[in-house]
Amino acid sequence: MKARVTVTLKSGILDPQGKAIEGALKSLGVDGVASVRQGKVFDIELSGADRAKAEAALKDAADKLLANTVIENYRVELL
Amino acid sequence: MKSAVLVFPGINRERDMARALKLASGQEAAMVWHADTALPDGTDLVVVPGGFSYGDYLRCGAIAARAPVMDAVRKFAADGGLVLGVCNGFQILCEAGLLPGVLMRNSRLKFICKDVHLRVERSDTPFTRGYNAGQVIRVPVAHGEGNYEADEETVKRLEGEGRVLYRYCSAEGVVDEESNINGAAESIAGIVNERGNVLGMMPHPENHVEDIMGCTDGRGLFAGLAAHLEKAA
Repeated sequence: MKARVTVTLKSGILDPQGKAIEGALKSLGVDGVASVRQGKVFDIELSGADRAKAEAALKDAADKLLANTVIENYRVELL
Repeated sequence: MKSAVLVFPGINRERDMARALKLASGQEAAMVWHADTALPDGTDLVVVPGGFSYGDYLRCGAIAARAPVMDAVRKFAADGGLVLGVCNGFQILCEAGLLPGVLMRNSRLKFICKDVHLRVERSDTPFTRGYNAGQVIRVPVAHGEGNYEADEETVKRLEGEGRVLYRYCSAEGVVDEESNINGAAESIAGIVNERGNVLGMMPHPENHVEDIMGCTDGRGLFAGLAAHLEKAA
């Protein structure tokens, strides 16, 4: 089973990297960019087939390591 | 003073730290490998040094914070043992949940490697008793992610409880935007936990302890720790 965990910065947390990317896109002349926030994507392959168990394991992984929940939110998707 | 310096893959300041500890206390520090599950018997100070543990993968300090030895450090801290984290060590202690908040990318995006001035906010702690309150010291920083941030309530609590021990300032001791090199909340350079036995700081006092380094302002921190532990023993 394949899964994806997406980690994003909570709103209100300053994201200097996103700001730098936003500036670069603007200087490249890419139209209509209002703002950019950078995040992370983890593609995870799971060995079992139980979806409920998989979801619980992924949440555990995100809480324990993948995200720093002080500043980041995460979303778990089973693909 | 029996100190233990933690060694993670990618750490690079552990020898500087061990040297500073020996200079202050006359005793060799034990080097403790990240995969160890116990600290040496009789340890009274654990130091998490600077560097780039695990190549800063995922987030600075995130992987080191989950290394086996950290369970022993958590227990040591819970029992009241003194823990000092410098630079990457500060990041690791935050990621390990031993200190609140997080170290974000420097607000001006650049890696900063230079001497800075710090104001010592109080002198009645094991980590600052080698200085006078309000004293300005000069120590180096070398980091890309030292911008201390926490939610408003946490920062308020840190301030209210006098847990900010070191703050970026000008050479004259003035805390202002210009001297706040990395954009940290309230110019925070170093904080302690609620109990006051765990300090995390971004600057490197261990790199200003000998005349050959051009400055010895960092000595006070280690001398203070040694004096504190000598008195306690």
